[in-house]
Amino acid sequence: MIVEIGHFALVLALAAALAQTIVPAWGARAGDAELMAVGRSAALTQFACIAIAFAALVNAHLASDFSVLNVAENSHSAAPAIYKITGVWGNHEGSMLLWVLILAIFGALVALFGRSLPRTLRANALAVQGLISVAFLLFILLTSNPFERLAPAPFEGRDLNPILQDPGLAIHPPLLYLGYVGFSIVYSFAAAALIEGRIDAAWARFVRPFALVAWGLLTIGIAAGSFWAYYTLGWGGFWFWDPVENASLMPWLAGTAFIHSVAVMEKRDALKVWTIFLAILAFSFSLLGTFLVRSGVLTSVHAFASDPRRGVFILAILALFILGSFALFAWRAPMLKQGGLFAPVSREGALVLNNLLLTTACATVFFGTLYPLALEQFTGEKITVGAPFFNMTCGVLLLAAAGVTPVGFSLAWKRGDLLGVVQRLAVAIVAGAVVAVVGAAWLRGGPVLASVAAGVAVFVILGALIEVFARAWRPGLSAGLALKRAAGLPLSFWGAALAHIGVGMTLLGLAGVGFGSEAITTLHKGVPQAVGPYAITLDSVGERVGPNYRETVSTMTVRSGDRVVATIEPARRQFAARTMTTTEAGMATLNFGQIYVSIADPAPDGAVPARLYWKPLITLIWLGGCAMAAGGALSLADRRLRFGVARRSRAAMAAAAAG
Amino acid sequence: MLWFVLAGLAAFAVLAAIWPLLRGSDGNGADAASASEAAFYKAQIDEIGRDVERGQLPESEAASARAEAARRLLAAGSAVPRAAPKGRSRLAAAALVAIGVPAIAFPLYAMLGRPQMRDEPLASRESAAHAGDDIEAAVAGVEKHLISEPGDGKGWAVLAPVYMRLERYEDGAHAYSEALRLLGEQPGLRAAYGEALVAAAGGVVTDKAREAFGKALAGDPSLPQARFYLALAAEQDGRTADAIHAYEALVADAPPGAVWAGAVRSRLAGLKGEPPPTAAEAPALGSPDQKAMIEGMVTRLAGRLATNGGSLDEWARLIRAYTVLHQADKAKAALADARKALAPDSNAVASLDALARDLGLDSGLGDAN
Repeated sequence: MIVEIGHFALVLALAAALAQTIVPAWGARAGDAELMAVGRSAALTQFACIAIAFAALVNAHLASDFSVLNVAENSHSAAPAIYKITGVWGNHEGSMLLWVLILAIFGALVALFGRSLPRTLRANALAVQGLISVAFLLFILLTSNPFERLAPAPFEGRDLNPILQDPGLAIHPPLLYLGYVGFSIVYSFAAAALIEGRIDAAWARFVRPFALVAWGLLTIGIAAGSFWAYYTLGWGGFWFWDPVENASLMPWLAGTAFIHSVAVMEKRDALKVWTIFLAILAFSFSLLGTFLVRSGVLTSVHAFASDPRRGVFILAILALFILGSFALFAWRAPMLKQGGLFAPVSREGALVLNNLLLTTACATVFFGTLYPLALEQFTGEKITVGAPFFNMTCGVLLLAAAGVTPVGFSLAWKRGDLLGVVQRLAVAIVAGAVVAVVGAAWLRGGPVLASVAAGVAVFVILGALIEVFARAWRPGLSAGLALKRAAGLPLSFWGAALAHIGVGMTLLGLAGVGFGSEAITTLHKGVPQAVGPYAITLDSVGERVGPNYRETVSTMTVRSGDRVVATIEPARRQFAARTMTTTEAGMATLNFGQIYVSIADPAPDGAVPARLYWKPLITLIWLGGCAMAAGGALSLADRRLRFGVARRSRAAMAAAAAG
Repeated sequence: MLWFVLAGLAAFAVLAAIWPLLRGSDGNGADAASASEAAFYKAQIDEIGRDVERGQLPESEAASARAEAARRLLAAGSAVPRAAPKGRSRLAAAALVAIGVPAIAFPLYAMLGRPQMRDEPLASRESAAHAGDDIEAAVAGVEKHLISEPGDGKGWAVLAPVYMRLERYEDGAHAYSEALRLLGEQPGLRAAYGEALVAAAGGVVTDKAREAFGKALAGDPSLPQARFYLALAAEQDGRTADAIHAYEALVADAPPGAVWAGAVRSRLAGLKGEPPPTAAEAPALGSPDQKAMIEGMVTRLAGRLATNGGSLDEWARLIRAYTVLHQADKAKAALADARKALAPDSNAVASLDALARDLGLDSGLGDAN
């Protein structure tokens, strides 16, 4: 009965989402506060319904209820409980349910915390959010229903894909979806602002926290996905320019541009139209990503769903929301009042430059991803657009964007002093140049981009630190006073500094790839094999039994000189229910770098064919992502951005004072 | 019981959604919003001062920035909240939600849901499974045993044919390969492994399968199963002469009364272009495994045709297969489905009619039409 209750709750959510769309929009037109308030209650109702449905599906997976088709196809009674739960979103239907659940969570957040918003804006935003829910709930119910039943129920499930049986799956897709879907709120507010024909700095300040949450989670989601690919796919690649990865990178780039331009808008009331445009763009790319992944138009590592009906349905949703919002934009944007003015050389100007670079980079990813698909569709010709294209276009543009970062961060608002900034950053510029030159000399004819990236990375990190220092310290100030001043700097400033340092860290990690080394060889017991500055020795090969697999494990020691620095256990896993073998890489982290070993099946004489890598600084790629997200979180904690009870009482006081 | 819960859920959802309409107005919301907007611009003006103090905004620009913010502050203060019309529209909205939500939810659920089906969590089914002789429960038990003791070769050998019967050919092939690895080379087992590979490849004798049959024959040159599939491989390669030769040798070596000889003869007849044997003298199918395999293929074809449709040839193949398997009812049903699916194409329907006459399926249908 629980399953059917969940199914009904999902249908009910659709009805509630319809109410959420129609009633508040009607209220906003008629100016009726009660009707507009239905937006809030309906959003909360919709959230409750989807939560019930999701809980019912989780319960079915946990109880191994194979009378549910989704459970029978993607679960196995012997799987550990954690993978029974992750199995819920490890498949198409369940992941779409998670998608709408997150959509509803964001809607509920607006309903709960949006008290300080102008009523019509909130009502319209919730109506747009409701419409998105309607579209996706219909999609789920009509083409990808997770509550489809199976009679008679089989006694064992078909297991979830062993590659997906990993802690990475527990966190990667939900984070990514939180990011993707988080931009839906930004989109809804942009659409609401366009419907009202009114947008101002207060709009920016309300949207910014949501944008920061979405962006931060998307950042961690992408980093987690990259790390997951790195350690499960068995050859140490962390980014493949795979269409699915590009699909998550595009909203991230547009979102990064958005959180910068929305900061300008909040502070200076400038760049309004551009900000709205980016808001629409960020969510459009999220939808595009959903389409690419969920329609099965591409067959890649990630695409485990394919059904043309679904593709057409999502394409229709895509067209409705993207074309609809751009039509609205074309109609309304010229009516928006322009705000603050600024000189070309100013912080605003630098942010515009950063925005242009980011959106251009985004465009290159867009064409690099979709052109091969379109070509294959229309001419049948298959081409691959791979890393060389993306590195030389998107990579270079992003490098340039990173290079602008410290300059923009140091410029003043409205009119900046470029010469003064360059003087202030002189140390960072020189240090970056030295690193680039030394790196190029070290590599001698190796990848130029790696040494340039290393130089830019150093420049970005030092630049951010110099700016912190410059804000806290004035000539003649004592150390204690400077610390006090530093503590007094707004959290959003600290957040920005940390995020920029994160950008530098990630760049440094990427640059490290050019300085790594690898060996592909057969390891014999007791014979050391050198890789980078380390030597690896195979000690033993053994068998182990896991909950629903068994594995062949090789134990190896990593030595630096004569000193043992780590022991690693690369393995091959065989799963019973699906005749499939996965490779578990053996990894050891040494000074931000990693030793990475993946093995093939051992030969009868005990020799193990293996690929050995030394990847210097590679962990910085993901640590940098974490730093960026942490920067976003710090910025979010800034008191200016808090909303809710505390601000309301202050607002009331201010109103009383003004009255 | 279920319907009570669902009705309760729907009632709750409706009440929760229209709550603001029932509760009446909270008039201060609009004021709070505009007040918060005013406070926001005030804070912005204060911040300009701090920016100047930190050297983030040149003194010369601060005045104009203040003026901008002040203009917006005045605009925020002067926004006049519209008087809200009440009463009728509120009632209309409440009615719309109260009627609309159940009116959408219940029919849609009735269409999509399976209210008569109960939950079947595994825990509640295990005792029932042990009582009965459900084959899948038995398989699940053996699988569990093999996870903890993967070295039990006999276990794999027992499991493999069961997988084949359940149409889990890939799993079957895997189980045979494990059994071979653990029990050592056995020609019969090796040939069965090859057969599983063929089934997993949808009836194509792959290189891997060919290798398996070769190995099996090396151990026992008389193994008819292996010889048959190698002949089939030759046929699939287009080496018809070789195939005919191999089939003939196989028939010649067949012990009297061998059940599989018929199947080989029909194959042979087909290759030589002789008329295929009719349903009445259709060859007895070989071992239960082979029969299960063929039935599996037919089931898969039927499933594919039912969901995705297919060409005339595919439908005809399905109908013929059912006839050969002596499943006249299913053949008739398939014929009816095919007529429906191919209805727009009059040529196809005519071919179907001819086929039905040839197979003697049309007797009942002809009268009905």
